[in-house]
Amino acid sequence: MATSDLAEPTRRDFLYIATGAVGAVGVAAAVWPFINQMNPDASALALSTVEVDIGSIAPGASIKVMWRGKPVFIRNRTPEEIQSAAGVPVAELPDPDARNANHPGADASDANRAAAGKENWLIMVGVCTHLGCIPLGEQGEFGGWFCPCHGSVYDTAGRIRRGPAPENMHVPVYSFLTDTRIRIG
Amino acid sequence: MKKLTLAAGLALALSAAVPFAFAQEEGGAAHAEGGGEHATAHYPIRKPEPQDWSFAGIFGKYDIGQLQRGYQVYKEVCANCHSMHLVAFRNLAEEGGPGFTAAQVKALAATYTVQDGPDDNGDMFERPALPSDRFPSPYPNAQAAAASNNGKAPPDLSLMAKGRAVERGFPWFLIDIVTQYQEGGPDYIHALLTGYQDPPEGVTVPPGTHYNPYFLAGAALAMPPPLADGQVTYSDGSPETVDQYARDVSAFLMWTAEPHLEARKRIGFQVLIFLGVFAALLYLTKRKIWSNIAH
Amino acid sequence: MAGHSTFEPQNPVIRWIDSRLPIFGLVHSSFIVFPNPRNLNYWWTFGGILAFMLVAQIVTGVVLVMHYTPHTSLAFNSVEHIMRDVNYGWMIRYLHANGASMFFIAVYVHIFRGLYYGSYKAPREVLWILGMIIYLLMMATGFMGYVLPWGQMSFWGATVITSLFSAIPLVGEPVTTWLWGGFAVDNPTLNRFFSLHYLLPFMIAGVVVLHVWALHVPGSNNPTGVSVKAKQDTLPFHPYFTVKDALGLVLFLMFYMWFVFYLPNYLGHPDNYTPADPLVTPAHIVPEWYYLPFYAILRSIPSKLGGVIAMFGAIGVLFLVPWLDTSKVRSAAYRPLYRQFFWILVLVSIGLGYLGSRPAEGGYVIASRILTLYYFAHFLVILPLLGLFERPKPQPASITEAVLGKGGAPVTAGAPAAPQTKG
Repeated sequence: MATSDLAEPTRRDFLYIATGAVGAVGVAAAVWPFINQMNPDASALALSTVEVDIGSIAPGASIKVMWRGKPVFIRNRTPEEIQSAAGVPVAELPDPDARNANHPGADASDANRAAAGKENWLIMVGVCTHLGCIPLGEQGEFGGWFCPCHGSVYDTAGRIRRGPAPENMHVPVYSFLTDTRIRIG
Repeated sequence: MKKLTLAAGLALALSAAVPFAFAQEEGGAAHAEGGGEHATAHYPIRKPEPQDWSFAGIFGKYDIGQLQRGYQVYKEVCANCHSMHLVAFRNLAEEGGPGFTAAQVKALAATYTVQDGPDDNGDMFERPALPSDRFPSPYPNAQAAAASNNGKAPPDLSLMAKGRAVERGFPWFLIDIVTQYQEGGPDYIHALLTGYQDPPEGVTVPPGTHYNPYFLAGAALAMPPPLADGQVTYSDGSPETVDQYARDVSAFLMWTAEPHLEARKRIGFQVLIFLGVFAALLYLTKRKIWSNIAH
Repeated sequence: MAGHSTFEPQNPVIRWIDSRLPIFGLVHSSFIVFPNPRNLNYWWTFGGILAFMLVAQIVTGVVLVMHYTPHTSLAFNSVEHIMRDVNYGWMIRYLHANGASMFFIAVYVHIFRGLYYGSYKAPREVLWILGMIIYLLMMATGFMGYVLPWGQMSFWGATVITSLFSAIPLVGEPVTTWLWGGFAVDNPTLNRFFSLHYLLPFMIAGVVVLHVWALHVPGSNNPTGVSVKAKQDTLPFHPYFTVKDALGLVLFLMFYMWFVFYLPNYLGHPDNYTPADPLVTPAHIVPEWYYLPFYAILRSIPSKLGGVIAMFGAIGVLFLVPWLDTSKVRSAAYRPLYRQFFWILVLVSIGLGYLGSRPAEGGYVIASRILTLYYFAHFLVILPLLGLFERPKPQPASITEAVLGKGGAPVTAGAPAAPQTKG
């Protein structure tokens, strides 16, 4: 279309542009359902909270529960473990952020990592922040977790201390329903 | 010329075939009603009467009060024998549904127990249901359901409103395209639930079955009349009649079968408006491009 | 055929690529400047509509497979999972299920358009046969797709259709068992149907490429059936036919979306919302509507093998149409008798479709037999004889003449074509 309709060029151009624009909007709107269908579906979202009874976990013991297809470590820490984690200055940590979804932006002190007011409880997603392996418990030179895949070492507060992982293990949103019952998510 | 005659003859034969076929159908129904002596009687004996549904039409929406009453009827009556294994408690709080709150659903779910497990000792255990659980079934499996119901398991109700419909026949199936009639399922359920009656004189039904001229697959069905006036107590003052119960539970079953109906109709309207505007613009563009071109 | 212009890309990157892989040049010559007869009507937009439907079915299908589970114990519930839980899953599934019907509506329009305007005649016989191969592949794909939700109609439809092969003399039994991978339709059958349902659309896409290739050798037929003789008979594909096809497509989409959003289950069958039960056959087994004419032909023959042969013969005869039609005139516009027989064939096909949906008893069977007989007579008797006896009306000398003569304007071959300067 190299020529122009000299009588009313603006109206013609406007028509072409409007038609093209409406078509583009239609295509964009039609694409959205096909993208969104890959997001978690209603049944997956419905399971995004789990309630866990933690009354039977003795000090020094831990359990793993599944939450959103990932393991959550729930550890009842001993006083020694708390002490060794609390004694480390935040400035020395590779990742100074608590990575605690309950305290966004807080620093990575032991108190900010553990449950508020119940600092024996450490609840975190048991997934190495390097490339997603599951670290082994009570291993490594800090007595916390050790990831066998690429050698990341975590301390007793689940904070990264050495190795390639960039962040502390993440603490999910959770709340205590009673002293012995928590809800994750 | 001969071929023209032949063609005309065949066209005549074709146009004759349709009314003839129609007469067949009517005749079949009449025979069945007259006592079923016809070898291949056509069921149902009577077609369901179309009802007014709030969810019919292009702007159709579920009536929240009706869905809640329907759920109550389902829960207090139907659920004693019928499963509904595709529907979860959480669905009751979802948009376009009966409009329960999340807290209500949680409390409601907790009144049921479901089996879970195995636990750390390998044992199955019972726990209160969560919103993410599906409605528990009244029987542990199909065999148990059949054993308790004269050998025939009551069908699952999740999709009942889409899984049953009476053929509309000519010319309705053409008219339905324009009127977008898609309520054959609830119409049928309503007709069936309100259609129990004494068999006409001379008709005997097999023992353990109940005469119902609206039943799709025979003159009588195994399910006894499930509803009676005053059986379910409504809190919103709606009439406590079989007709009202049937209407409410049919609407509820439509929702369980098609939980996204409201979103579907809403989006569909937007899509069609959009396409209409786009088609008009394309028409103008096309006319412009083709102006001065004989074709 | 010479294009309206040659491809000289301005963009250096495109020029660099095109001198090594002339793909832009190919698109340019095939879909931008490709010369189309200027008199194509809206029935010709169905080719583009079909291309769109194939892509739409593949896209929605690929998405559905992300959520579907091909196992007898999980398939039905996984489809319901799509309908209930997956984001927009209900929309994508209804698009796909109704899309199959729309695909067939479009293909039937396309086929009958070809029959009306004689688009199968020389030099387009291979084009026609490729189209028939696509149609056969579509039928196989549609059938296997209908099995996947594993409802009652899926299961019993699969049982009935695969049992057709048991009619083959001597090897019928082993062939059927081989198709099933067992002694009845069961999980192995579902799995292989799923695999093939995913494969066949890509084979269709391959044959579509050949179909378009074969189309672009002689170019499109047109409503007059008169071959393109000069440049002024044609217009470049873009923008004239892109915009016309786009308008046809959007109008078709409105029809399609009416079904998707307001009648999503109209073209399906209620029994398919009941999970498959190998112990109970539904009272009324009917295939999807697009197979009904052939189903009626199958049932009209009172012999198992005969019915199967008649059914496949009904499709097979379409392959032979280019040679059964002995007339030298393409378009029915100039064939007064053929035009009438064409419309009778349309009515007979619709009649067969209606009869296929009725129970096989009484008057329906008799009517099916008459119509089946007529269907075959149309192709095997009427078509060959018509070419010999029919006296066609005078055809225009060229497309341009037909176009300009239509409005009462003076008929001058090679009239000054105003549009050419606009191209």
